[in-house]
Amino acid sequence: MSDSTAIAHGAEAGAHHEHPPYQRHHFETVNQQFDATNFAMWLFLLTEIMFFGGLFTAYLILRNWYYPAFVEGSHQLSIFWGTANTTVLIISSFTMAMSVWNAQMRRKSALLLCLVLTFILGLVFLGIKGIEWHEKWVKFHVPGLHYSDQTFLNPASDHEVYAEYHDKPLAPDMASKAQQYFFLYFAMTGMHALHMVIGICILGFMIVRAKAGAYTSGHVTFVENFGLYWHFVDIVWIFLFPLLYLISRHQ
Amino acid sequence: MSAVTIVSLPDQATARVPKVNFLTKENGLLSWLLTGDHKRIATLYLISITFFFFIGGALAGLIRLELLTPQSDLMAADTYNKVFSMHGLIMVFFFLVPSVPATIGNFLMPLMVGAKDLALPKINLLSWYLYIIAGAMMLYTMAAGGVDTGWTFTTPLSTHYLNTNVISAGLAVFVAGFSSIFTGLNFIVTIHKMRCPGMTWFRLPLFVWSNYAASILMVLGTPVLAITLVLIVLERTVGIGVFDPAKGGDPLLFQHLFWFYSHPAVYIMILPGMGVISEVVSTFSRKRVFGYTAVAFSSVAIAVFGFFVWAHHMFIMGISNYSALVFSLLTMLVAVPSAIKIFNWSFTLYKGSITFETPMLYAFGFMGLFTIGGMTGVFLGATGTDIHLTETYFIVAHFHFVMVGGMLMAFLAGIHFWWPKWTGRMYPEKISQLAAVVTFIGFNLTFFPQFILGTLGMPRRYAAYPPEFQVLNVFSSAGATILGVGYLLPILYLTWSLKYGEIAGDNPWQATGLEWQTQSPPLTENFAEIPIMDREAYDYEWLERQQQKEVASVG
Repeated sequence: MSDSTAIAHGAEAGAHHEHPPYQRHHFETVNQQFDATNFAMWLFLLTEIMFFGGLFTAYLILRNWYYPAFVEGSHQLSIFWGTANTTVLIISSFTMAMSVWNAQMRRKSALLLCLVLTFILGLVFLGIKGIEWHEKWVKFHVPGLHYSDQTFLNPASDHEVYAEYHDKPLAPDMASKAQQYFFLYFAMTGMHALHMVIGICILGFMIVRAKAGAYTSGHVTFVENFGLYWHFVDIVWIFLFPLLYLISRHQ
Repeated sequence: MSAVTIVSLPDQATARVPKVNFLTKENGLLSWLLTGDHKRIATLYLISITFFFFIGGALAGLIRLELLTPQSDLMAADTYNKVFSMHGLIMVFFFLVPSVPATIGNFLMPLMVGAKDLALPKINLLSWYLYIIAGAMMLYTMAAGGVDTGWTFTTPLSTHYLNTNVISAGLAVFVAGFSSIFTGLNFIVTIHKMRCPGMTWFRLPLFVWSNYAASILMVLGTPVLAITLVLIVLERTVGIGVFDPAKGGDPLLFQHLFWFYSHPAVYIMILPGMGVISEVVSTFSRKRVFGYTAVAFSSVAIAVFGFFVWAHHMFIMGISNYSALVFSLLTMLVAVPSAIKIFNWSFTLYKGSITFETPMLYAFGFMGLFTIGGMTGVFLGATGTDIHLTETYFIVAHFHFVMVGGMLMAFLAGIHFWWPKWTGRMYPEKISQLAAVVTFIGFNLTFFPQFILGTLGMPRRYAAYPPEFQVLNVFSSAGATILGVGYLLPILYLTWSLKYGEIAGDNPWQATGLEWQTQSPPLTENFAEIPIMDREAYDYEWLERQQQKEVASVG
């Protein structure tokens, strides 16, 4: 900001009324600044879509090839935890939306409350994800590190899942392809979780700043743009949940 | 060389480089490392990419030295694999991709649209830091023994059969990718939201249009490369096997994902260069670019078509005949907008008042070499000839004609053209004209024989070759020496000119762009007051009226 305005504004001081302190020097108006950063955030989300797009493409192709293995693989996921996590994320999106609204309304304590709630819900999501991943580890379903085809060669060995779905044993070559399902499961949920971790770190930073009153003096761009990011990460999950947990489960 | 020139410099006895400008505004290392000024970041980028260019160039020199003789004698075959891989990686990701956008583009984009800075100065600085981090990782890779996958990281070669530093190289490219994403994102936002009053889309200089098109490719393509590299790294570290045929994965999927970025990447590399050529050709023929709208839209068309041709890199990799057919047709279609550009530049020259300053010489070099590079691309796009020519030196010659003959020529044209704006001083004209001619001759001598070698069947990526190919290889290596001189010269005289060059004044070329209507080097804020664009782009009559007005008012 210090290298800002002397000459440019000296020349046409009349055209620039007093600036709010948060307006950066190279923007003509606050509106322009808001428009630009908002637009940039949407573009960034577009790159994120392309990033996840690579994984979704891989999923589409491999699922098509190894359909039976993917179906039996999905039986290993817990609908209960998946639904719980989806609910947690949707609620966190709501509290995030409320954070934005509270920042706009300049309600500092309500903003803080909503941010902290979002923060906690984010952690809860990761906790549940941790429980699910741990279960995979216990059942030898972490390909590359701790893996066995046993469940798919002999589904009856996994009593709980067998009781519910009565999976037929897969031929050995197809059974080995269940690995692909778990590769993608870990790559996709892992990438998603990484985005959650980054989001939670930024939330922590925002809570500190919000305490100092940074977002309740009219400058809400940061909260709004972070809100977009958070909703985006949610939406990725909204696609992951049915793809990994739900579709073709009962075949 | 004709004595006719459009250069008009201020009286050297009295002229001074303006005391306050973006270079002198603040001093000290920190004022550079923490700057938000797009012109300073462009300068940082210029220094960094020049550094990497010379590393990549030295590796190219080693390749040509090895190929001087048919035997693999200068280095072992393994070492040779590493040398050409590092050459490719460094030149593609650390020179060509950032070359024009991150340096000249960074410097000019706000000036051309009439803004004080890019929309997101901090993101711009972050982009440079990411580039430096990526560069450091790449240098580490090199110091730790290099990588020998080729720049394409082909699976399962890169994941199963090699024991070199694939992980650090992959991560370096991953990080460099984000640097490029942030540059592209910044450009798009700036062009949409930061244009000055009166600067409508069709008054934008064509340089802005072509960078806009390249930015779209950066933003949409690069993330796909990023996730692909993540999967490669995961395959090597924890054994994820999405690309591993032994585990039911699909190596062809890797090819699809990789080329989905890496084909558009060649347009990321060439489009900004085309923008430079539009500016230079117009200025040195004193004419508005012929068919402005067609040239503007051809950039966008290249960007759009560019996304639908990637499988032409995979004709021999087992894709279906039908998809080969479709991708072949689509590949031919890209030739159309590229040809539109070449034709329009030629028509711009027609009946123009052409002068032959250095940037124009480089631009002529570009037009000739890019045309050859582009036409041979059509050979490769046709499935029949591709099967014969692919993985031979024909490919090597083709993309060096486009990338080096095209892009590097354009980069040098741009550097010379905007050097007076950037530094406030002229480069020495005679020696730089010589450098341009030397580069052109050296280039042709280096790469033209490779077309013939390729047609005769010499495969790429081998340290040894049958003795009957030696003559042409000697030509090529000799040419590389001349080319090397052509690239060393600018570094010497441009550095010299920083101190001893003539004072350039605001507008040495009598060009019309907004960047020429402010002081050189510009102020940190670019303009004393935000300009108002009240004319079309390339309006030389406006410039003339403006100068008459000045004379009248001074008189």
